[in-house]
Amino acid sequence: MREVVIDPITRLEGHGKIVIKLDENGNVQKAILQVPELRGFEKFLVGRTAEDAPQITSRICGVCPWAHHMAATKALDDLFKVEPPLAAKMIREFAYNVFMLEDHALHFFVLGGPDFIVGPTAAKEERNLVGIIKKLGADVVKNVIITRKKLRYLEQLIGGKITHPVLGLPGGVAKPLSDEDWKICFDTSKEGIEFAKFAYKALKDIVLSNDQYVELIKSDAYTHKTYYMGLVDDNNNVNFYDGKIRVVDPEGREFAKFDVRNYLDHIAEHVEPWTYVRFTYLKGVGWKGFVDGKESGIYSVAPLARLNASNGMATPMANELYKEFYQVMGGKPIHSTLAFHWARVIEMVYAAERMMELIENPEIRSKDVRNLPKERPDVGIGVVEAPRGTLIHHYETDERGIIKRANLIVATQNNSARMVLSVDKAARSLIKNGKIDDGILNMVEMAFRAYDPCHACATHSLPGSMPLIVRIYDSDDNLIKEIRRD
Amino acid sequence: MPKAKVAFYWCASCGGCEEAQVDLADKLFDLVEAADIVLWPVAMDFKREDVERMPDGSIDVAIINGGIRMSEHEEMVKLLRRKSKLVVAYGSCAHMGGIPALANAYTKESIFKYAYEEAPTVNNPEGRRPEVRASFDGVELELPAFLDYLKPLDEVVEVDYYIPGCPPTPEITWEAISSILSGKLPPKGHVFGSDRALCYECPLNETKPEKISLDTIKRPHQIVLDPNKCYLTQGVLCMGPVTRGGCKALCIKGNMPCTGCFGPVDGVSYQGAKALSFFSSIINIDDENTFRKLVEELGVDPLGWFAKYCLGKGTIYRKKEER
Repeated sequence: MREVVIDPITRLEGHGKIVIKLDENGNVQKAILQVPELRGFEKFLVGRTAEDAPQITSRICGVCPWAHHMAATKALDDLFKVEPPLAAKMIREFAYNVFMLEDHALHFFVLGGPDFIVGPTAAKEERNLVGIIKKLGADVVKNVIITRKKLRYLEQLIGGKITHPVLGLPGGVAKPLSDEDWKICFDTSKEGIEFAKFAYKALKDIVLSNDQYVELIKSDAYTHKTYYMGLVDDNNNVNFYDGKIRVVDPEGREFAKFDVRNYLDHIAEHVEPWTYVRFTYLKGVGWKGFVDGKESGIYSVAPLARLNASNGMATPMANELYKEFYQVMGGKPIHSTLAFHWARVIEMVYAAERMMELIENPEIRSKDVRNLPKERPDVGIGVVEAPRGTLIHHYETDERGIIKRANLIVATQNNSARMVLSVDKAARSLIKNGKIDDGILNMVEMAFRAYDPCHACATHSLPGSMPLIVRIYDSDDNLIKEIRRD
Repeated sequence: MPKAKVAFYWCASCGGCEEAQVDLADKLFDLVEAADIVLWPVAMDFKREDVERMPDGSIDVAIINGGIRMSEHEEMVKLLRRKSKLVVAYGSCAHMGGIPALANAYTKESIFKYAYEEAPTVNNPEGRRPEVRASFDGVELELPAFLDYLKPLDEVVEVDYYIPGCPPTPEITWEAISSILSGKLPPKGHVFGSDRALCYECPLNETKPEKISLDTIKRPHQIVLDPNKCYLTQGVLCMGPVTRGGCKALCIKGNMPCTGCFGPVDGVSYQGAKALSFFSSIINIDDENTFRKLVEELGVDPLGWFAKYCLGKGTIYRKKEER
């Protein structure tokens, strides 16, 4: 019996680890993704003043601080029973879409994208931003860096800080948009649309026009038939900021649609002793172990899941791309994990179009951005779609708004069971008769990378390669081979 | 002359510090010009054995963020200390424990019990918990241990310099890195950033009176703040007077008070106590009953208000397991 350990991989907060156990013939007996860290936010939120939650919880993740900040802020609206003025909601949603565009872009060009743009088994020193520069040219990369910088500047204008913003308060936002800020937001939104179109063209030219890639995306090694979850608006279109949570079954039929206030009726969590992460599952189906299919309560979130759980996109260009997506992939739902990347680019187009819709609406310039809470707080539950999926914050307080209990269903957690399945299946499908090389290991990594699990660092890395060391031991625990990636 | 060797490492952090480093943008290329990055888990291959193989003292500077929460963090920073000439604590978590150190007010047992048994969505009648050694389908697996407390970096290893902030700004990051690389070393123990309180760089400083006197206190959600007037004069607690400057007052420009992430000014060891004493001194309520009533109605959270980022430094708050 041999064991292959991939350690560390980078992930949400700290390191992740993949352990692959081989049988005598060198085939995979089991591959496991472990999460080795806990910080205890839910516990130490207790005793804090509720209005501080958007700032405290943004420290769960410095890569997606806006997602936690916004889910917490919406939970506060609910907690204090106060509806924000329209302009405040629009400013929040605008800033949120800026963040989604920026975050998705980085994943596409720096983290996940290189696997396709440069190639899944390309030389390891090329499979990163350096390779992208060679493939697409320095100007393209410059465009990505400059656009990212501009988008991050908008986040600072609106949120004070880019990482760990301060704008969210129950009943509104801390400040309105000034005329100067509005102009910068408008100009950058225009550029954002061009940028998203450019990203889609890159996807189309490089990935979708390559039959081998399309075949890889559709291959069984990266396929899991699970339930899918995402926020939808009144027309069942994708929405990142607000709406109802919709779940479809592996055949694409609506399984549930609910207000986040009722999430406890639908979501439960399973605990395993070999990892610090809790595994969410659909309560109505139940935890059946690490298996996919309709009988298993395992579900998925994030771009592909959002598209599967909806009927379309609410903006015109994105909706055309949505239709094309399902046409090429052969109907709904799509179970191919690698299609997450494609769905992500469609969402970039939506985020940019939505930014423009919001910033063009004169209402967003209103100075009326706060309603002060008047009701006694008790329970508040809020939801947004983080780049990496449905994110729920739930607080219970005393009558002064001091937190007594908190529960957080974090985006990546919703995908954690499916990610364990994906890593196992990819390893089983790709590693045969003991043949392991860097390209194959990268393809195992692609199985979880597609989810863009909130690798706090990897998402924003230069050159964007996952740090990887694989050690292969023989049955006497002697190191027989080491594969390193620089 | 050989290029300097720089290592970046992260412990219990959120990734915001890595964002700040990536936000160096064009300066990142200057850094690569001036130094070899020998370790940076976000960007390059990393292996503990590689660091172990390096001669002691061969890394010029190790820049470490995050607090020490897991056994793995403790082992790694001790190793890095041995291999490095200089160690820099980067960001509030490494500097003072940061927000995750608020967990120190709770026992390890209560954190585990809540996370894996009591949280409303958890279904775990068997009472399973993550274990340092466990097996899954016949595969033996290991996890790093969750330590009793989250500690700042200098409680585990000697620290030469500090870069404050949650996260630090790219400007201060670059100031510190370029100062170290050019060999213009500040005195040991130096904290980068301003050596004066945030008030001195606050755009509202002109409206701050010589003497502040508060008849009442308001929580940020209870008031629409006037963006042109010192928040303290509006009755909202702003940590500006007891917090190191250098961030360019970003939160204030977002129309919210400072929450203290840059830590105390020079000469103050514990920001939480300094803040408590400062705010006690400006509250203009002599009558004890009135004061008690205010505290009761307000719902005062001294840890969250005054020690949000520095609780890791305050050993008195460390809750021990009840035996």
